[in-house]
Amino acid sequence: MKDTTLVVAGMATLAAGTYAFRLSGQLLRARISFPPPATKLLEGATVILLAALVATTALTQGHGFSGVARPVGVLIGGVLAWRKAPFLVVVIAAAGVTAGLRLLGVP
Amino acid sequence: MSSIRRTLEGSVLRDIALTCLAVLFIGLSYGAIAVASGFPLWVPAAQSVLVLAGASEFLFIGVVAAGGNPFAAALAGLLVNSRHLPYGLALPPGVTGRGWRRVSGTHVMNDESVVFALAQEDLPRKRAAYWACGIGVLVCWPGGAVLGALIGSAVRDTNAFGLDAMFPAVILALIVPDLRERLTMRAALAGAAVALIAAPFLPAGLPVLLALVAVLLLLRDHEPRGDHLPQVAP
Repeated sequence: MKDTTLVVAGMATLAAGTYAFRLSGQLLRARISFPPPATKLLEGATVILLAALVATTALTQGHGFSGVARPVGVLIGGVLAWRKAPFLVVVIAAAGVTAGLRLLGVP
Repeated sequence: MSSIRRTLEGSVLRDIALTCLAVLFIGLSYGAIAVASGFPLWVPAAQSVLVLAGASEFLFIGVVAAGGNPFAAALAGLLVNSRHLPYGLALPPGVTGRGWRRVSGTHVMNDESVVFALAQEDLPRKRAAYWACGIGVLVCWPGGAVLGALIGSAVRDTNAFGLDAMFPAVILALIVPDLRERLTMRAALAGAAVALIAAPFLPAGLPVLLALVAVLLLLRDHEPRGDHLPQVAP
């Protein structure tokens, strides 16, 4: 590690800024009163954010494609979840399928 | 903790425990990679407690290790973490606690605690799930990171066990009940598509935020529908 002071300052910036993001949404929410439809819209927006997070973490690595094994594992987990399989089964299946495919040489 | 146990069903607590275990495993690889990139143990240890947001920490370590400026790395990490603002907007008031408790309740806001809170039906359950998962991650993420830094290269490639598929699978499993609503499903798919198209070109974090344009698809549901209702004769 090159310059400890600089790295600590960077870490502090990241930590403080992240806390500010976590807090500001709540403060906004407390200040503005939302009608029930808007509240439902906010929950919908969160589902969209989380779906986009699933898609990007499953399919991409850096700016490129993650390879086949991971998205296939996640997809199988998703299908199982859709068919109301227990959470444990979903998560273990996703990891297991991905690990199995890699064992077989699938990237 | 005992009130959490009283409020939440055993199955929810089990799901939270499993999620935290997955977080611990990802933490192992984080700590190992940080040390292998030349950082002393205290860097991943301090980051995992003070930032408590995995993806941004991986990014920070990666950028700095590649010779990048730590402030540039922090800004990149903040972009990744900006999704916590809409999370805070979506959480019903009171979930993160009131008064002084909110100071710590705010810090344990992350993808997992938010998604578990939203999956519960009423406020007491939302609050209990949020705190249980938040505290679990607060213990497991730094715990995994420190353990990983100590074990080192033995756990660097957790990808071999498919652990990288666990995080998206956890989040996906938890939003499936919402996706059964057709309009939400359509908007979620559109948002995911937008994020994926943007991912090769934009810095990390921005594609996920861009997905929010898909909220427009949800708006149709909230137009006044009075004129579509059948007229009831007096």
